[in-house]
Amino acid sequence: MALTYDEVLAKYEPVLGLEVHVELNTQSKMFCGCSTIFGAEPNTQTCPVCLALPGALPTVNEKAIESTIKIGLALNCSIAPFSRFARKNYFYPDMPKNFQISQYDEPICVNGYVDVEIETDEGPKVFRIEIERVHMEEDTGKSLHVGGATGRIHGAEYSLLDYNRAGIPLVEIVTKIVPGTGKYAPEVAKAYVAELRDILRSLGVSDVKMEQGSLRCDANVSLRLIGVETLGTRSETKNVNSLRSVERAIRGEMIRHAELLNKGERVVQETRHFQEESGLTRSGRSKEQAEDYRYFPEPDLVPVAPDAAWIETLRAALPERPSIHRKRLQEAWGVPDKEMAAMINADVLNIVEATVNQGADPTKARSWWLGEISRIANDKDVAITDLAISPTDVAEIVALVTAGELTDKLARQVIEGVIAGEGNPAAVIAARGIKVVNDDGALMAAIEKVCAEQPETAEKIRNGHLPAAGALIGAVMKETKGQADAARVRELLLGHLGQG
Amino acid sequence: MIHLSAAHMAAQLSAGETTSVELTQKHLDRIASVDVDVHAFLFVNNEGALAQAAEVDAKRAAGEKLSPLAGVPLALKDVMTQKGVPTTCGSKILEGWRPPYDSTVVTNLKKNGIVILGKTNMDEFAMGSSTENSAYGPTHNPWDLSRIPGGSGGGSAAALAAFEAPLAIGTDTGGSIRQPAAVTGTVGVKPTYGGVSRFGLVAFSSSLDQAGPCARTVLDAALLHEAIAGLDPKDSTSINAPVPQVVAAARSGDVKGMKIGVVKELNGDGYQSGVRTRFEESLELLAAAGAEIVEVSAPNFEYALAAYYLIAPSECSSNLARFDAMRYGLRVGDVDGASAESVMNLTREVGFGREVKRRIILGTYALSSGYYDAYYGSAQKVRTLITQDFNNAFEKCDVMVSPTCPTTAFKIGEKSNDPIAMYLNDIATIPVNMAGIGGMSLPSGLAPEDGLPVGFQIMAPAMKDERMYLVGAALEAALLTKWGAPLLSKIPALAGK
Amino acid sequence: MTSLSRDDVANLARLARIEMSDEELVNLSNEFTVILDAVARVQEVAGADVLPTSHPLPLRNVFRPDVVVPSLTPEEALSGAPAQEESRFRVPQILGEEA
Repeated sequence: MALTYDEVLAKYEPVLGLEVHVELNTQSKMFCGCSTIFGAEPNTQTCPVCLALPGALPTVNEKAIESTIKIGLALNCSIAPFSRFARKNYFYPDMPKNFQISQYDEPICVNGYVDVEIETDEGPKVFRIEIERVHMEEDTGKSLHVGGATGRIHGAEYSLLDYNRAGIPLVEIVTKIVPGTGKYAPEVAKAYVAELRDILRSLGVSDVKMEQGSLRCDANVSLRLIGVETLGTRSETKNVNSLRSVERAIRGEMIRHAELLNKGERVVQETRHFQEESGLTRSGRSKEQAEDYRYFPEPDLVPVAPDAAWIETLRAALPERPSIHRKRLQEAWGVPDKEMAAMINADVLNIVEATVNQGADPTKARSWWLGEISRIANDKDVAITDLAISPTDVAEIVALVTAGELTDKLARQVIEGVIAGEGNPAAVIAARGIKVVNDDGALMAAIEKVCAEQPETAEKIRNGHLPAAGALIGAVMKETKGQADAARVRELLLGHLGQG
Repeated sequence: MIHLSAAHMAAQLSAGETTSVELTQKHLDRIASVDVDVHAFLFVNNEGALAQAAEVDAKRAAGEKLSPLAGVPLALKDVMTQKGVPTTCGSKILEGWRPPYDSTVVTNLKKNGIVILGKTNMDEFAMGSSTENSAYGPTHNPWDLSRIPGGSGGGSAAALAAFEAPLAIGTDTGGSIRQPAAVTGTVGVKPTYGGVSRFGLVAFSSSLDQAGPCARTVLDAALLHEAIAGLDPKDSTSINAPVPQVVAAARSGDVKGMKIGVVKELNGDGYQSGVRTRFEESLELLAAAGAEIVEVSAPNFEYALAAYYLIAPSECSSNLARFDAMRYGLRVGDVDGASAESVMNLTREVGFGREVKRRIILGTYALSSGYYDAYYGSAQKVRTLITQDFNNAFEKCDVMVSPTCPTTAFKIGEKSNDPIAMYLNDIATIPVNMAGIGGMSLPSGLAPEDGLPVGFQIMAPAMKDERMYLVGAALEAALLTKWGAPLLSKIPALAGK
Repeated sequence: MTSLSRDDVANLARLARIEMSDEELVNLSNEFTVILDAVARVQEVAGADVLPTSHPLPLRNVFRPDVVVPSLTPEEALSGAPAQEESRFRVPQILGEEA
């Protein structure tokens, strides 16, 4: 019998723990000078270091250290005056050295927090997520499993390895356990990852694209009977590759745990994989024996001991916290809550802001991004930021509309042209010959023609029935192929019919 | 010509009395003649060496300014990568591997026009003191072919003693440059840790490994030292400071007023009588040259060996994990349906020799959860105590000295079934690696009882490498006066082909 | 006296990915009794007041600038590969977790 979510919560309290891996957007890898560009041909971004050829030695990317410190500061962490890299030893073919350079008992950032606000039954409520540590490590290569039915690891006959990703800098952000979220656990987790993503983006340290894997979340979930102090056994769900999945995975695990516990069974401490299609998790291959990673200080690298001056310089340059920034924008723009939420949900806040910064009116900038451009992104099934139109383009279009040089309808054509790669708005306008007909003579000719074609309607207007004007204005617009300014047409039409 | 010192060869080259091609060919001929008996080389790069030599000759002919050792040949320990040249580390697991890159030492050698003759034999992954652990068979000591040439760098030391090369590169993790130098009557120097880049040195124990020069004279070692040393951005543990002026020190040899500290704990019981005789004689010669001999104590040195046999295996268990049959090297058991894991297991079983497996397992144990503090952690504390012993002693003296090893060369096979007895060879050399300071071994004569070479070890504080060369040059000069000819002039002639 | 049983050694061999025959396991287990006795001496002097030295150099903060340098060509990268396909390293089937 499947339990409902409410039944789970009547009996159990969820406890969360979230581990987020972030790929930094450095130009070169963590420990060597190979490029980090996504999507290159296989094994074209490798060298003796990231292939772990005998004799090769790692060297630390300064920018990666700086980015990690920035992340720590933005998450209210203490920056350790002395930290070290350690080797995490285990064999896996996608990890060339068969150890990962990571950090163990001496991470670079510790003890921070992030506040997230969610809507509850009692109104907006802030939850504080405590951060245990932020540390540096390196990514693994990618394996392609060949043979078998699904291209997945199980049933594959052999695998093909590409080490382009091996050694890309990763930062791991680990929360302390998060109790007390009750039924809001899935939403709190989602809000936390979203907030983290916004913070990382505002810092400019990562692309934070969950779908490309540059931000990955592992969700630990356990349940305990309400009122009981002892923690239950947790499962760790990997492969959670979207904000929505974070929510679904946690909700699903809560129900799965509760069903097991209700049947008197044990929750197995294991790694599980989230299945995007079903929203369920699947057990990873259980390990016969617990891994023993045999951590020890990485002897090929020296300790990282950032001095106070460096840390303070980085702290002083931190951008405004995204949540505060949002509040400030909302006030400045005079946007209602609902509209603000729409922009955040559609992920257009940053581009709207950039458009406003280019001189556009906030309301108009918002309506273009949220309306026409979002619609095109949806049609094409791509992220809005991946469309070939920039805030500068949109600001230019808004200005042209305001100046009366474009109508809304023409503006849509320009947007379509820019996205189609025809160039910036000016280029599209020139190439497509788009222009507002503001030659009154030409407009008058069209008006006279339309009035002659629809004499009854014209007569109604002459008699003071103004709502009828719409039909004639429409006809004039059609006559001028949409290149006329509708307001001017109205003015001329009404004047022509003695209503001006 | 092949019996000259490298400095002398360099002088003949710059005087136009010979060419690098001629000199290189003479050494290649010598290798072809005697290496069947010595087995110092795993790979002889005839074509590559001659091409490099011709290039130097052409530059010289064009009047280019060349570095002091340009055109002089050298033997490279097979633990260093050289682009396109087989690099095995004496192991089956790397058989046939040709690295696509040069180690920084090789880059520096090439930059200096030093001609690389080939790759020398070694204990597998530098683990051993006899070169018997090479997967490609042992190297024989040119003084007595039934004896070991020391290890792990037995190939490099034997090549020098057999006049197959005037210079060689070694690496020293617990004595692998100095102990072979001692038992072959040659000179070997382990520079201060970080003095020479480790980039391209196939790691055994990263915090102990250090490459250094091997030669037949102190000056030759100094010339090579300056050619290979210096900051390398590719090695994060490389020292950012000027290279010590070791050539000037080797040319000076002035020890007047220097305080030489004899380490109380590295003498006496367990040291062969002839080794002690030669050591005492060397001290007298140094005193006669104007040095002051003092006694110093290093009470924690007795724990160095135990700590070493925890730290080095721990680091090696991790360093050697990359030999997994996936990206390069041997692959065993890749049959239909085999898993990557089983191929790794089988390859590592077949590809690694006994001593390597023993140390990997020991290191895996020392690092494992629950034992880390008792073993690896305690060993690191001993490391602190040894460094403190050195620091205290160096307050009383400028350099410290001891016999390089407790005995002369033993017979091949004599200790191969007794790892502990084998490990004891390194008792006097290991403390230097633990503290990361410099150490040199130079010949102090032959032990009267067996007529085999004995080494004299000089230890200097970190980045004071020039002090070893001062003292080494002084002792070498005094001994040369006493003997009338270099020690190697007494080496039995090799039959050859 | 510390000792390692045959099974202890087998577990270490598994961690270290080395196949070992029963005979090898027994031999190593015997050798380790002697070796561990010898190395356990470090515990005699390793008091709580002694700080560990993990590295002989007192260096700190050695970094390189975030600058891309040329990689190997894929041919060079794959030059030592026991097997390759489509510019990738070909390896036997991987049993384990989905990465």
